[in-house]
Amino acid sequence: MTIAVPAQIAERRSLKIDFTWPVLITFALLLCVLVILPVTWLVIYSLSSVDEVTKAREFTLAHFANLFTDPEFVNPLITTLVVAVSSSTACCVIAAPMGWLVARTDLPYTRAIRALVTASFVTPPFLGAIAWEILAAPNSGLLNQLYRFVTGAEQGEYLFNIYSLPGLIFVIACYTFPYIFVLIANALDRIPGDLEDASAILGGKTWTTAWKVTIPLALPALLAGVLIAFLQAMILFGSPAILALPAGFHTMTTKIWSLFQYPPKPELAAAASLPLLVVTVLLLRGQAMILGRKGYSIVGGKGADPRLIKLGWFVVPAMGFVAIVLMMPVFLPYFALFNAAFSPIATTLLTPLNFTLHNLHFTFFELSSTQVALKNTFILGSLAATLGTVLALVISYITAREAVTGHRFLGFLATAPIAIPGIVLGVGLFLSYTRPPFVLYGTLWILLIAYITIELPAAYQQLQSAFRAVHSELEDASRILGATRLRTLRDVTAPLLRTSVIATWCFIFVSVIRELSAAIMLFTSETKVVSVLIFDLKESGDLGAIAVLGLSMLLLTFTVVILMNRIPGFGGTRLRNT
Amino acid sequence: MRGGLSRRNLLKGAGALALGLPAARVLAAAPPASAITPALVEAARKEGKLAYYTSVDLPMAERIARAFEAKFPGIAVRVERTGAERLFQRIGQELGSRIHAADVVNSSDAAHFIVWKRQGLLAPYVPEDVAKHLPPAHKDLDGLFASFRIMLSVIAYNTDLVKAGDAPKSFADLLDPKWKGKLVKAHPGYSGTIMTATQQLARDLGWDYLEKLARQGVMQVQSASDPPKKLALGERAVQADGNEYNVLQLKESGRPVEPVYAAEGTPLIVGPNGIFKTAPNPNAARLFQNWCFTAECQQLIVDVGRLRSPHPLAKEKAGRKPFKDIKTLKEDPVAVEKQSQEIKTRYSRIFKV
Repeated sequence: MTIAVPAQIAERRSLKIDFTWPVLITFALLLCVLVILPVTWLVIYSLSSVDEVTKAREFTLAHFANLFTDPEFVNPLITTLVVAVSSSTACCVIAAPMGWLVARTDLPYTRAIRALVTASFVTPPFLGAIAWEILAAPNSGLLNQLYRFVTGAEQGEYLFNIYSLPGLIFVIACYTFPYIFVLIANALDRIPGDLEDASAILGGKTWTTAWKVTIPLALPALLAGVLIAFLQAMILFGSPAILALPAGFHTMTTKIWSLFQYPPKPELAAAASLPLLVVTVLLLRGQAMILGRKGYSIVGGKGADPRLIKLGWFVVPAMGFVAIVLMMPVFLPYFALFNAAFSPIATTLLTPLNFTLHNLHFTFFELSSTQVALKNTFILGSLAATLGTVLALVISYITAREAVTGHRFLGFLATAPIAIPGIVLGVGLFLSYTRPPFVLYGTLWILLIAYITIELPAAYQQLQSAFRAVHSELEDASRILGATRLRTLRDVTAPLLRTSVIATWCFIFVSVIRELSAAIMLFTSETKVVSVLIFDLKESGDLGAIAVLGLSMLLLTFTVVILMNRIPGFGGTRLRNT
Repeated sequence: MRGGLSRRNLLKGAGALALGLPAARVLAAAPPASAITPALVEAARKEGKLAYYTSVDLPMAERIARAFEAKFPGIAVRVERTGAERLFQRIGQELGSRIHAADVVNSSDAAHFIVWKRQGLLAPYVPEDVAKHLPPAHKDLDGLFASFRIMLSVIAYNTDLVKAGDAPKSFADLLDPKWKGKLVKAHPGYSGTIMTATQQLARDLGWDYLEKLARQGVMQVQSASDPPKKLALGERAVQADGNEYNVLQLKESGRPVEPVYAAEGTPLIVGPNGIFKTAPNPNAARLFQNWCFTAECQQLIVDVGRLRSPHPLAKEKAGRKPFKDIKTLKEDPVAVEKQSQEIKTRYSRIFKV
């Protein structure tokens, strides 16, 4: 998915075009504005303060001193690290065996399992967090009610308390494990069967082969997955805002957000954002190093199909394990949302007697923000997906075909936003676009820029690998037969890339719909999106309306995904290099 | 302000404090009262829409909007609801970026109107009912705003989880160890109601009370309308603060919740309405502001919203404790305005969020 695979430098015939420099400069400038402008303002703000008398901006290190000494910031920083380490470890423990079961054993229903993992990936984490409140709030949670009902435990006793550090870690893990699962499953899919055959021929038993050959080959992907899970857990805003604040603690993202409450302290917020940025950059470097060094041994070279290990009787516990894992992000939360949408009270079990359409009516016919938010979300989703795909397409064409000199710099710029967490980008864009020359705050444009910037790296990497998969020989053949470059693109390259382009479009669309952390910094009353509306409703405790909006959001997402094909990497085979 | 006073006098007293003005001063700068005229309706209809920024509980806010739309077809009301403190920040940020989206504003933190008035952001406009019926203490002398709703922040409990005899009677009772882990409360950094209530409690009971309360392991939610909802879910047994009107709404729809009017006195909150000078739909804004103060709308907020009204013609519903019988704490928006930063900082230090 979002793995930074360094460009493989094959000495290929360089296809220079006439307007090399204009293209490069235009796109480089565009990317600079997208990426460098917000980061620059972040750095300037974090290192300065406004003098009360002269109103001039002056250099200071006070914000950073404050950040690393005041327990009000040190505690959230520590909490964030604890959350990120524990949830990525938990993800790894769950997702790695599951990925192996799905890719390498004769476990049945693997298509369905992969589809359900996709479902947990497209579920917005904040929606999952709200659903888990309905399930596992200590007193009213459906699961705790069930526990008391079954065991006859006293009122006030509970099995789970979602408003706690472990609760938060659990919910974050629920929605980050797909990242590891996908990387592991795809890596295992790619391991050629002949390597395992070799082990078998040399006398290795099934399990020895798995332990000595398969697992070591998958290890780089696992490490990469853990890093991504760590990053996701670190930069998530919605889940901690929903689960940590009621329990009385902050993470870095909620702290940064709270610095924008009245009176806003943008300088301190900028300073608090930079550690997240630095950690992200460092981790991504680490990930690239790991992948760069080891990942290649298994890429390329068509081998025999992977050998599936026969599970035998072990299929029963294996299936049970997978079912339980999938209960957590998908079945249980969806059930909770459905219950909340049609029951008079979110935590009262739905029966035919208490079934009500009140929430549906309220959300669609009384709530005046619903239409605006749905419209904005849809416009932004489609525009960001379209423009993002076009931008990624052009850049990946240039880099994959090495069409202009300096293409690597373009590739770097397109990948760079991956290092900017959503909330940090939100702060940066807010600082950049509330002042001349670009006053975009209050318009949909600022959100559009945010979304395109956030999704560009993933889109670029997907399309770049797709371009690599289409061998330039095909294009060359067309050119040799007399077609122009444009005609070649239209008749040869475009049809071959169609699926990838659609998949990328879908990926951006879905990601935009579930995005909250940048939007929460940038919206105004007229540019509200559904995720922000749900968060607003959450703060006043309107669970029924949230459930209805959340389910509509999921419905929209799944419709788009199903209509437009599939998300790359999740069960699809079209984007593989082999 | 004890029970012996008449309701009108009580409201007058509360309002005088609410607006921070000596009740004796003569109306000087306020423009003449305006009625709802066909010309105004026509002008409003030409604009066709307005944005109502409010902190009242969302279903109530939408209900007000729909009632207005039914009365004046062709004028769509878009409700922008969030906590009063959030709203104040959002409006400041929007106006600071020259985004003029808000027409009419209603905040549960009366101190915000002191700030907006000082900054010259409000447009003078006196609806007929405000001039005719509202006690002088409930209207701004310059005609910039008037009290739209009166609220109480009450203790309440879930009657399934707590027997009436065991229920807390006072704020002091909440500090009993038996309530540890069973309390829920809202946040003054989000809610204007809670900001105002916190100022009164800190003044009358001391910060010491809040520090002890924080040690009770309270569940911290944001909006003042959320604690009653958490009680109704059965998530917590007792709310340390939260809207009386949400408790009454839930109680009257059959949910197991019961308000408690604390022995020390219940925090009193006034939520004024005003129009921004920069309103993009000035006529629709005037029409809406005017209609908000009619006996019709005021009765609606009493009957449906279970709010308390400053309008003398709005009748209280039978079965609810009459406002005059409730011992309230003194409201002091001037002090809230001065102390709000300190309250937020101190509160977040004590409660960690």
